[in-house]
Amino acid sequence: MSWFETLRTGLESVRTHRLRSSLTVLGIMIGIAAVILTVGLGQGAQNQVSSEITALGTNLLTISPGSSTSSAGIRQGLGSATTLSQADAAALASKVVAPDIKAVAPVISSGASLTDTANSNTWTTTVNGSTPAWATVRGRSVTQGRFIDRQDVTDHTAVAVLGSDTAAELFGPLDPVGQTVQVNGVPLSVIGVLNTVGSSSSSSSTGSDQDDQVVVPITTATERLFGTSSLSSILVQATSSGTLSAAYQEADTELLAMHQITSPTQADFTITSESSLVSTATSVDRTLTVLLGGIAGISLLVGGIGVMNIMLVSVTERIREIGLRKALGATPSLIRRQFLVEASVLGLAGGALGAVLAVVGSVVLPHATGYPVSLSGVAAGGALAIALTIGLVFGVYPASRAAHLPPIDALRSE
Amino acid sequence: MIDLEEVTKVYRTGSLSVAALRGITLRVDEGEYVAVMGPSGSGKSTLMHIVGCLDVPTSGRYRLAGADVGGMAVRQLAEVRSRQIGFVFQQFNLLPTMTALRNVELPLVYAGVDRADRRRRALRALGRVGLGDRVQHRPGELSGGQQQRVAIARALVTDPALILADEPTGALDSQSSAEVIALLNELHQAGRTLVLITHDPDVAGVAQRSVRLRDGLLVAEEALV
Repeated sequence: MSWFETLRTGLESVRTHRLRSSLTVLGIMIGIAAVILTVGLGQGAQNQVSSEITALGTNLLTISPGSSTSSAGIRQGLGSATTLSQADAAALASKVVAPDIKAVAPVISSGASLTDTANSNTWTTTVNGSTPAWATVRGRSVTQGRFIDRQDVTDHTAVAVLGSDTAAELFGPLDPVGQTVQVNGVPLSVIGVLNTVGSSSSSSSTGSDQDDQVVVPITTATERLFGTSSLSSILVQATSSGTLSAAYQEADTELLAMHQITSPTQADFTITSESSLVSTATSVDRTLTVLLGGIAGISLLVGGIGVMNIMLVSVTERIREIGLRKALGATPSLIRRQFLVEASVLGLAGGALGAVLAVVGSVVLPHATGYPVSLSGVAAGGALAIALTIGLVFGVYPASRAAHLPPIDALRSE
Repeated sequence: MIDLEEVTKVYRTGSLSVAALRGITLRVDEGEYVAVMGPSGSGKSTLMHIVGCLDVPTSGRYRLAGADVGGMAVRQLAEVRSRQIGFVFQQFNLLPTMTALRNVELPLVYAGVDRADRRRRALRALGRVGLGDRVQHRPGELSGGQQQRVAIARALVTDPALILADEPTGALDSQSSAEVIALLNELHQAGRTLVLITHDPDVAGVAQRSVRLRDGLLVAEEALV
């Protein structure tokens, strides 16, 4: 008997037992759709996190002071040292020293209490002293007024640019531009308001609220507000994402030279990149995907055992048919083949329908829940392969049981 | 054609063993028409299963058309059933989901006959039992007599030398029975070897020879014609 005949016989039997077949197909279909959608949801979350992190500033390196070892041999933690200077920042900005660095922004940050001089509202937030390059590096702009410029830095101007939330806290509905705020007793006039980036998305991954901060010229910060000239950090933007690691090397080499440190392990600064943040977040998401995928896989296994159960029941209730087919000349291997074909047809049909259901779900779910789903062809192909395997694996036992029934026992059963 | 020598069959269910056949020696020549009679429990169905290669004897020797069946593997037995034997059962044993045509084609499928040839031969067999106009009917749409005729068509479609009929009239009314008996008689006239199992003396009366079984032993053998 040819494979074509076996296929025909199997299909005939699937068709004639409609209810049983459709229940089996339904079970596999749901399992497969669950696997594809779970993986798709995990992938979607990964993509979302990476795009959120990209929005913080593209191709960004952050140089922090710290990890210094004092003369007494005590190693100090991140941020404890006062080793970064404006001279370091100026050196990194040189195109000769670091051709892959596009922009450099030295930053002095400190918490400070702000007072609205007109109404005496107070608000505590982070004050950043920096240069005009800050806006470029951070990927920010102003929606009202203007950002600090080179002249402000040169002249130590008493001006401030407010985050949108900060402006709202201090001035409410009033136009903040032209108002005056006092920081540590020094009056600063508000010249602009930063664009809103959406505090919820950025605060979750960076730990600070991007819409609640104040930017002042760096010279104003060092000489009028805080009285220190050591930097909290230097923000470095690479020319492109491809040159990020080159920019990292250049900054590292230059700073080691500037600080006269010979061994990289003794470095008194730390360079972190946003891409390391991305990889951390991605690995968290991957763990989640594996977990959810595992659960979906188990449900698929349960579905597979369901298929086996149905095939076994089918063997039992078709003992007469099997006996008759054997009396008419069917060999055990033909009977086995027929059952295998039936099981894999059911598995494959369930897999295909499950893939269709997953595609429909990937369109409907984002509308219903707000979570993005990104389907991959690999996941869909894999799920189909799994469905076929389920059909074959869980069809083998019932099939060989059916094949080895003695024909008379089979014919006798009523 | 059939040569049984001291054939026994013992069924074991747990610690209990039942001897269904206790030493049967029987020869059936080619072209003979033999009726096997006996009350229920006499072992006549077991005898038919062994003769039909559906089961193997516990001891003794069975040669079918010269070949020793006792030493055959499962595959070879299936081959013998497919090529040499046609079965007719009391309960017809048609597949209810298939048309009469597909039912009759089934033995040819397992014999590896191609599709066009299969269809031609199945139609001819159905025509021969007088059901040429019912080929697309399913068993449920046919009367008992018609179903048994489909089963006979299925038994003769592979053109086997031996036809085994196990109580072929047991589930039929007298008119249908007469039709089925006439049909079997025709097959015998055409030169086939027929073994008919029945407990009805009238049915057995059409055979050339009848043998009688009791408690797994052959008790009487008589020529009828």
